Amino acid sequence: MLKEYVIFFLLISSGFFFSVGTVGLLRMPDTFTRMHATTKSDTLGAGLALLALMIYRGLDVITLKLIFILVFVWITTPTAAHIMAKATYNQNRDEGETK
Amino acid sequence: MILNSFTILAIYLSILFILCLYRAYKGPSAADRVVSINVISTKVTIVIALIAAITGQDSFMDVAIIYAMMGFITTIAVSKYIEKKKLF
Repeated sequence: MLKEYVIFFLLISSGFFFSVGTVGLLRMPDTFTRMHATTKSDTLGAGLALLALMIYRGLDVITLKLIFILVFVWITTPTAAHIMAKATYNQNRDEGETK
Repeated sequence: MILNSFTILAIYLSILFILCLYRAYKGPSAADRVVSINVISTKVTIVIALIAAITGQDSFMDVAIIYAMMGFITTIAVSKYIEKKKLF
C-alpha cells in the first residue's frame, strides 16, 4: 500500500517536471534559455519516472536495465546540451550576431 | 491501479510530444529544432519503458536503451553539422 503511494507521488512529480520543461521550451525567448529550461527538468522527470518503474519491478534483471537507462540519460542529456550550446554559440559568433 | 497510472502518464507524455513538435515546426533557428528533438527522444525513451511495464513484455526495455543511444548520437551529429557545416 505504501509502495503504491510512493509510485503515485513519483509519477505525478515526473509529469509535473516534464510539463515544466515543455512550457519552458514553448515560452522562453532565446535558444539558450530554451536549452536551460528543457535539459534540467527533463533529466529530473526521466529520473523520477524510471525510479517509479524500478520500485514497481523490485529486484530484477529489468531493474538493472532501468538503472543503465537512468545513468545513460543522466550522462548524455547535459553532454548533449553542452555540445548544442557550443555549436550555437560558435555559429552566432561567426555570423556576427550577439544573440 | 498502478498500471492505469502508468497508462495515464504515457498518454500525458504523448500530448506533450505534440507541443514539442510545435516548437520543432516553428523554431526560428536549427538549434531550436535540435533541442526540441532531443527533448522528444528523452520522452520517447520514458514512454517505451512505461509500455514495457504496462504490457509486461521485458524485451521492450532493450528498445528503450537503443532509443536513448540513438537520440544522443542524432544530437551530436546535427550539432557538429551546425557548427562546422560538414560531418566528416
